[in-house]
Amino acid sequence: MKPISIEDKLAVNKYDVDKDVHIKVNEDICKECEHHYCLYICPADCYKLREEHITFSYEGCLECSSCQIICDKDAIEWALPRAGFGVCFEYG
Amino acid sequence: MKQRFDAIVVGAGPAGCACGYKLAKAGLEVLVVERGKFAGAKNMWGGAFYGPTLSELLPDFWEEAPIERYVASNKFSFLTEDTCLSVEFTAGKFGQPPYNGFILLRSKFDRWFATKVEQAGAIVAAGLQADSLLRDGNRVVGIKAGGDELPADVVIACDGVNSILAQEAGLRGEILPRNVKQGVKEVIQLSRETIEQRFNLSGDEGIAWEFIGACTKGLPGGAFIYTNKESLSVGIVVELSALAEKGIKANDLLDGFKEHPAVANFLADGKLVEYSAHLIPVSGIDMMPTLYTDGFLVAGDAAAFVVGTGLILEGANFAIASGVSAAETVIRAKKRDDFSTESLAYYQELLEKSFVLKDLKTYRKAPRFLENPRIYSSYPELACDLAERIFTNDGKPRKKTWKLLREAMKGRVSFGQIARDLMKGGGAI
Repeated sequence: MKPISIEDKLAVNKYDVDKDVHIKVNEDICKECEHHYCLYICPADCYKLREEHITFSYEGCLECSSCQIICDKDAIEWALPRAGFGVCFEYG
Repeated sequence: MKQRFDAIVVGAGPAGCACGYKLAKAGLEVLVVERGKFAGAKNMWGGAFYGPTLSELLPDFWEEAPIERYVASNKFSFLTEDTCLSVEFTAGKFGQPPYNGFILLRSKFDRWFATKVEQAGAIVAAGLQADSLLRDGNRVVGIKAGGDELPADVVIACDGVNSILAQEAGLRGEILPRNVKQGVKEVIQLSRETIEQRFNLSGDEGIAWEFIGACTKGLPGGAFIYTNKESLSVGIVVELSALAEKGIKANDLLDGFKEHPAVANFLADGKLVEYSAHLIPVSGIDMMPTLYTDGFLVAGDAAAFVVGTGLILEGANFAIASGVSAAETVIRAKKRDDFSTESLAYYQELLEKSFVLKDLKTYRKAPRFLENPRIYSSYPELACDLAERIFTNDGKPRKKTWKLLREAMKGRVSFGQIARDLMKGGGAI
C-alpha cells in the first residue's frame, strides 16, 4: 500500500462536525513555546506551524486527548466535542 | 426521562456495559449515558481481548456477539529496518469454545453489548454527555448532562483513560505523558479469502500479531496486526512522551511499518476504511486513581486497569471485571442503603480478590522495566542480526554459532547487560 497523507486518511472517517470549536488554543502562549510537542503528538495533524504561528483546526480531531496531556504550557483549553458530534467510528 | 436512578453509569464501553448489565439484572434502576451517537462510536483499540470474564457474565456470548475472529495464533516478531524474526504459537484448542481470545471491532461490539444492557432493563442514553457531577457537599449524588440534573444514589465513572469525572471528583491528578501510550490504527479492507490465504487461517480462526523493534524506531512501544473477518487492524503503539521528545509522529511510524518487507505483502491491495487513535493507560498501579468516594466509583481505563508485559497488553477483560465488581458493590450498598465511602470500600476488597488488582500488583514493576530502550533497539537488532548471520550463505567458511552471537553482540550489548536486564525482567514480568 502506498503511503497516504493524514488528510486523506481522515477523509475516510465519518464525522459529524459541530459548528462549535471544542478545543481552543492560545496562540500567544504557543509563540513562546520552544518545543511545539503538539505538532508531533496529534495523530490527526490538527496542529500546524505556519510562519512561526501554531494554528489549530478541530474538524479532523480523533478525540484522543494527547494534546491536552502533552502541552506543558497550559495553552490548550481542551474539551470533548458536544455529545453526538465529532468522530464516529464505524469499525473501531 | 425518569427523575431518579439507583445508579448512573457514565460510558458504554466494556466497563460501563458490564456494570450496567449486572446492575439491571439485579433489578436496579440504571441509566447508562454515552457521549457517542451510539455505544462504540468513540471507541477503538488494537483488536483482541482474552479470557473467560465476559462469558461469566454472558454465557456463550460468542454465539450472538459480533466477533470478528477467534485468536487461534499469537505471533511475535522482532523487526529491524529490513529483517524480521518471528515466533508463532498456535493451539488447536484456542479455536474451540470457550475460546481463549476474541478479535473484534469496538464500534460493532460495544453497540451489541449496549443492546444486551438495554435488554437487561437499563436505559442506555446514547448522544448524552455527562458534563459534570452533581454534589451534595462532598457526596456525589448524580450527574449534570445535556442541561439536566440527573440524580442517583451512585455514579460509576467508566469514561475512559482521560476520565474527566474521576478528575472532577478529586480522585486523580493530571495524566503524565510517560504513563500513557498513543495507539494509531488503520482498518484495511481485504476479502475474507485473501486474509485466510495470506495468514494461513481457516473458518473463523484469527491471528494476533505483535511486533517490536524498528517499527517504533526504538521508542518504547510496538506494532500490531489483527485479522478481522474482512479487514485487518494495523497499528502502532508508542509512549506519548517519547514521541514528543523525539519529534516523531506515530502516523509516520505506521506508514513505515506498513512498508516493511515482512509486512507489506500481507496488506497489499487493501483499502483503507478507517483511521483512528486512542491513548492507553500503561503505568498500572503507579497511575491508578483512588477507586471510590462518597457515591462514586471508577472502573475500566478510567481506573488505569491495563496490564502490559511487552508480550501481552490487556485492558478489556480488566474493564469488564472491574465493571462487574463495581456493580456488585452497588448492589450490596443498595441493600444496606449506604453509599458512603466506607460502604463502597467493598469495591477495593472485591478487586483485591480478583485478578484485576492481583495482576496489576504482580506486574507492578513492568511499566518501568518496559522503558528500557534496549528492549526496542539492541535486542530486536541482536536477534535479527544473529538469525541473519546463521542463515546467510556468502560462500565463505562457516563460523560456530557462539562466535556469530559474539559478533552480533559487538557494539550493541554485553553479556553483563543481558544478565542484568534478564534479572530485572525476571523481577518485573
